[in-house]
Amino acid sequence: MSFTTTQIWTVIVGLGLGSYLLRLSFLGIIGNRDLPEWLLRHLRYTAVAIMPGMITPLILFPQAAGGTLDPVRMIAALATIAISFWTKSAVLTIFGGAAVLFALHFGMG
Amino acid sequence: MTFSRDYWHGFRDGTPFILLIVPFGAVFGIVATEAGLNIAQTMGFSVLVIAGAAQFVALQMMLENAPVLIVLAASLAVNLRMAMYSASLAPHLGPISWWRRSIVAYFMIDQSYAASILKYEQTPDMSHAQKFAYYMGVATPICPAWYVATWAGATLGTAVPAGLPIDFVVPITFLALIVPMLRTLAHVVAALVSIVGVLVFSFLPFNLGLLVAAVLAMMAGAEVERRMSRARAPS
Repeated sequence: MSFTTTQIWTVIVGLGLGSYLLRLSFLGIIGNRDLPEWLLRHLRYTAVAIMPGMITPLILFPQAAGGTLDPVRMIAALATIAISFWTKSAVLTIFGGAAVLFALHFGMG
Repeated sequence: MTFSRDYWHGFRDGTPFILLIVPFGAVFGIVATEAGLNIAQTMGFSVLVIAGAAQFVALQMMLENAPVLIVLAASLAVNLRMAMYSASLAPHLGPISWWRRSIVAYFMIDQSYAASILKYEQTPDMSHAQKFAYYMGVATPICPAWYVATWAGATLGTAVPAGLPIDFVVPITFLALIVPMLRTLAHVVAALVSIVGVLVFSFLPFNLGLLVAAVLAMMAGAEVERRMSRARAPS
């Protein structure tokens, strides 16, 4: 890396400040003003609109497995979804999913 | 009393995410010091930015000697979703005081956002103060773990054993947050549009395909909700 100390700190502080302003943006501006119903209706779907898309490439094309479909990770993902449906518990899902993942890794490896 | 009960509920719900945060904070600490950053700079990232994906993107581009402005643009693009989280939290936390909102903004990460929004939807009768307490409870075990793990990775440098599928802890923890959100047809449609959209728009640079997919998915979810409520209560 050929970055100078000043350049490194510019990236750190710039990214930190920029990220903070993105996080504060609507929360800070809107405050307790009422939002129109159509906008609220869209915002209700923010989480389910972003997070499935975030993890789709991680599940289908895991970089650590060469960027191609990997049976161990695929089965672990399906098992995690099933555990979540049945248990309705984030704790059990996370530990159960991780247990399936590592069991398959050592069992099939 | 109510305040502390909601805080501890959040604390309990946030704790399992340590399983995700610790390995990734440690990996960031290791990778950053190996790239030539000193401890202060490495910790500067994790304390000031506190967003794993964006930190890794910035570090990667610094290793490729990209210009400072390009590094900032690319890593901030990864964090654009935070503005959407901010808008999504505004109806719940907007009415609390300014300084509390400024604290909420600092601790806004995928896990604190998703766990809180899930809780708010499941228990709509929470007051704004209770919602704030819950949010801070979720952040309490997660964010300090991120700092400590980064520091441990940077100083101890003990690499995670090679070959372990540790990368996959990320989708597993996200699935634990997403599946309980799929309560209605509208939520399921939004999730499907998000998945298809991110694949279709994967050619866009700087992770922007995710934002396009997200906007389309929000529109799809809102439209299904509108039609369902109209079908249920014709006017």
